[in-house]
Amino acid sequence: MKKILVLGLALAAIGLCSCAKKTQVIKIGFNIPLTGDSPKVGEGSKFSGDLVLNAINAEGGLDVKGTKYKLEFVYVDNELKADSAIQAAYKLIDQDKVLACLGPDGSRRAIPAGQVYNDESTPMISPWATNPNVTLDRPYVFRACFLDPFQAPVAAKFAKEQFACTNVAIIYNLEDDYSKTLAELFKEAWEKDQGGKVTVYESFGQKDQDFSVQLTKVMDSDAELLYLPCYYNHVALITSQAKDLGWSKPVMGSDAWGSADLVNLSKGAVIGDYFTTHYAAAGAVGKTKEFIDAYKAAYGYTPDDVAALSYDAINLLLKAIQEAGLTGNLEKDREAVKDALGKISDYEGVTGKMTFTPDGDPIKDAVVVKISDSGEFTFVRSLQP
Amino acid sequence: MTDKKKKFLVPSITVLVMLIIILLAKVGVINNYYQTILMTICINVIMSASLNVVNGYMGEFSCGHGGFMAVGAYVSSILSLILFCPGNSITGHALLPPSMAIVAFPFIILIGGAASMVVSLLVAIPSFKTRDDYLAIITIATNFIITTAINNIPIVGGSRGLMGMKTTMSFMAKTVSLPWMLIWGFVFAALTVVVIHRVMHSTLGMGISAIRYDEISAEIMSVNTNSMKLLAFTFSSGLAGVAGGLFAHMLGFINPSSFGIMKSTESLVMVYLGGMGSLSGSVISAFIFTILLELLRPAQILKWVIIPLMLILIMQFRPEGFMGPRELTQVFPRLKNLFAPNRNLIRPIAKPTEVRK
Amino acid sequence: MFSYFVQNLINALQWGSFYSMIALGYCLVYGVLRLINFAHGDIFMTSCYIAFFVITGVTAHFTGITGIPLFVITLVVTMGLTALLGVGIERVAYRPLRKKGANRLYVVITALMIGFILENGNLALLGASSRRFPDILPKVIWNLGPSITITNLKVLVIISAFVVFAILQFIVQKTTLGMSMRAISYDKFAIPLMGIPVNTVITFTFALGSALAAIAGILFGMSYQVMDPYMGMIIGWKAFIAAVVGGIGDIRGAFLGGFMLGIIEIFVTAFLPSSYKDLISFVILLVILTFKPTGFFGVAKSTKI
Repeated sequence: MKKILVLGLALAAIGLCSCAKKTQVIKIGFNIPLTGDSPKVGEGSKFSGDLVLNAINAEGGLDVKGTKYKLEFVYVDNELKADSAIQAAYKLIDQDKVLACLGPDGSRRAIPAGQVYNDESTPMISPWATNPNVTLDRPYVFRACFLDPFQAPVAAKFAKEQFACTNVAIIYNLEDDYSKTLAELFKEAWEKDQGGKVTVYESFGQKDQDFSVQLTKVMDSDAELLYLPCYYNHVALITSQAKDLGWSKPVMGSDAWGSADLVNLSKGAVIGDYFTTHYAAAGAVGKTKEFIDAYKAAYGYTPDDVAALSYDAINLLLKAIQEAGLTGNLEKDREAVKDALGKISDYEGVTGKMTFTPDGDPIKDAVVVKISDSGEFTFVRSLQP
Repeated sequence: MTDKKKKFLVPSITVLVMLIIILLAKVGVINNYYQTILMTICINVIMSASLNVVNGYMGEFSCGHGGFMAVGAYVSSILSLILFCPGNSITGHALLPPSMAIVAFPFIILIGGAASMVVSLLVAIPSFKTRDDYLAIITIATNFIITTAINNIPIVGGSRGLMGMKTTMSFMAKTVSLPWMLIWGFVFAALTVVVIHRVMHSTLGMGISAIRYDEISAEIMSVNTNSMKLLAFTFSSGLAGVAGGLFAHMLGFINPSSFGIMKSTESLVMVYLGGMGSLSGSVISAFIFTILLELLRPAQILKWVIIPLMLILIMQFRPEGFMGPRELTQVFPRLKNLFAPNRNLIRPIAKPTEVRK
Repeated sequence: MFSYFVQNLINALQWGSFYSMIALGYCLVYGVLRLINFAHGDIFMTSCYIAFFVITGVTAHFTGITGIPLFVITLVVTMGLTALLGVGIERVAYRPLRKKGANRLYVVITALMIGFILENGNLALLGASSRRFPDILPKVIWNLGPSITITNLKVLVIISAFVVFAILQFIVQKTTLGMSMRAISYDKFAIPLMGIPVNTVITFTFALGSALAAIAGILFGMSYQVMDPYMGMIIGWKAFIAAVVGGIGDIRGAFLGGFMLGIIEIFVTAFLPSSYKDLISFVILLVILTFKPTGFFGVAKSTKI
């Protein structure tokens, strides 16, 4: 009799324990560059992720159709390299069995990794990749930012209106899809839509540090504006070397400029320059200001556009999960989340209002920002092409 | 067990193990991620065993293995894309129907290897006159030349990379549903090991080893050192090309930066870890190295501090590497019972003395 | 067109100066030890970071030191610390192998691995963000003609390369220590018999080589202010090949090889897309090595059987 009682109690205890231990967890993967040439990019995504994670888990978890799920973010470093991004993708999908994935951030990694996510039927949302090939023909891949075919005409339009010039010099990174495509698109937009001329169209390599030859060409030509669609580490070097060679005319850039490190790294050479981006931190209001304040309080610096876009991307994912509901079957859930993401419309993020097109791209405004004398990114205009 | 039966013992055990792993992969016990690791092990086995031919058996110092891998990877990828990938970036349409993928694949890989062999001639010819440090320099320069040359060819995507090899793999899977990645990896790795073993224990291989012990004496002894060097080099590079082809199809995406000095260094580490001149050493060290790399992945950056540190410690305390110049059967003589005795030996295998300074 | 050519010549001289200074360091160690110190490029990178910390420390504690005094202090302290680093590496990694009489190959591999440890250790310790090298000297831009400009920094770099070469030439040719260095490169085994302390000479060589790398590091940081842990790797490899083409083992060779590579790279970029520069530089190097394996100034060494 006693034995049966003890056994029964033990079984009940085990049963209760296992019930209690079964905390519902939502796993989301982050495929981001924590090391490599531009670690600030990955840092922005990671910090935004942590912000969201801490905020939601502090409330007990994400509320999905009545049940609370704890959030777990798995951060994997893709080292800013395409093949590492692919391996990270496989690891997140197969090993960590994540529900969905954020990133990679840059187009150069997002394009190949997107193929993997699409083939393996796992939803992916890239916060920052602007190249059209990231989401083209890939139902599982989304992005939270505008595209380059949108960004380039915007930049050209603004440049024409702001500087009223005809000749433009472009220096771009030959080894980066993002830079190369943006340069091509800008050239097209400038020549066809704005009727201008591109007098210098020079390239450089990812590892280059000396740009004196390209800049010499620019100085020799009669270019009135320099357009640099490159990452912030290259921009820092190019602009400071340009100043050394005596370039005093306007410089314009693209969204990859938007890093907190840019002004410092360039020794202030970028002050007074403009670039197109996703949001402007200075002068923000409402939800955007709340986000900036929270980020600044936690990490000590104003969040850049990667961080803001990552914040929006994560929240988009979470909203989609909430809409879709979870069944516990990983494959079904991934399908459901992907469908729900596609249906999101008029979402108010910190970077603007977003509605997804069938391709998985959001319809948003672009913002032009000027680097003020104090090194802040101040809002100039928001426009459409 | 009779000699005849013994000849099949080890090969059949190996094949059995491989079949079991493939079965487990098909069933799903071994998921994609582990398959990738196993595949990487196979590729590393090929890379380290082939580099061992030049760096170990021949005693040279070739640092450019990554470059030849790149050639093989790109050539086989281009071929794969042209033949099977609809809407590929090179010809726009596929030339062969998907059902032929399984048959065509080994040829694709082998052609990649052959292309590597041709390119390596560019290295082999100037290397006749040079040795040691100069060969290192020439091979490093070749590695850079190959990667930067590919960077500048826009039709293969230049530095932005080449994609689409996965379609060939998926066509193979559609025709017969098996984990083809794993199968081909095993097939080529096993073939590599067998072929290298055969070659190194033939007269040709003896000639190559002779160069390591004393090149001038070998020349006097009527070993044609120039042609030996040429053969060893092209052979080794061809195998690197094969590994490259497998690498490209495994990842589905390649760009020249994956084949730079770091890749060559990885192969160097594996060879010296395992022991120069020891085939079993390079196979074992390929295993250990790949698994170590994966285990250390959570350590992120520290991974690339720990691995060089390990190698330095090995250089300090056991520079011959794991196995030294000995094979597994010499370390564990009982293992010899598993193999049929080699009745073709003219003389017993001499104990290898110190490598030439 | 003429001004384009002259401007690029100035660019080439400046860029080539860095290669020369680093190549000289390689050459010293190779000449004495017959060892390709693959870690040299990373010692260059580390010296840049050391300079960064020295400057930050000095300006934090002794405000008011700027300009030339700051530059001199940084130079001296960084050279000293980097020399210590170089000597330390030699003691810890290379000397035990030398003592054991190990194959030169193992030492080379050790050098390669030390290079990796320096790079990745830096990455692990200091994080992945690029740092910006602080400004020390005020920048003065001179206009030499229509669209030909030169800064005082560029002049400093070019002059430094020549000065360093001259000092090195003096040390190697005119001092006893230099003579010992040359002697060791001829015959390592007979030297101790001549009463020359081999270990001391080797220590001195490493210290000198690393100090040279430090000079290059500081100047590089001042010219290209974005610092990242991998900046030494590519430059190191290229400077090494330049040294070999010039004729490793002879300082004149290393010096000229560095400038040659700088000129090739800049002028290739001037007339072709920048991505061709690596390709063409290496092809030219390979061709030169095929026809003259010991480089321009190198002397073919015969081995006694």
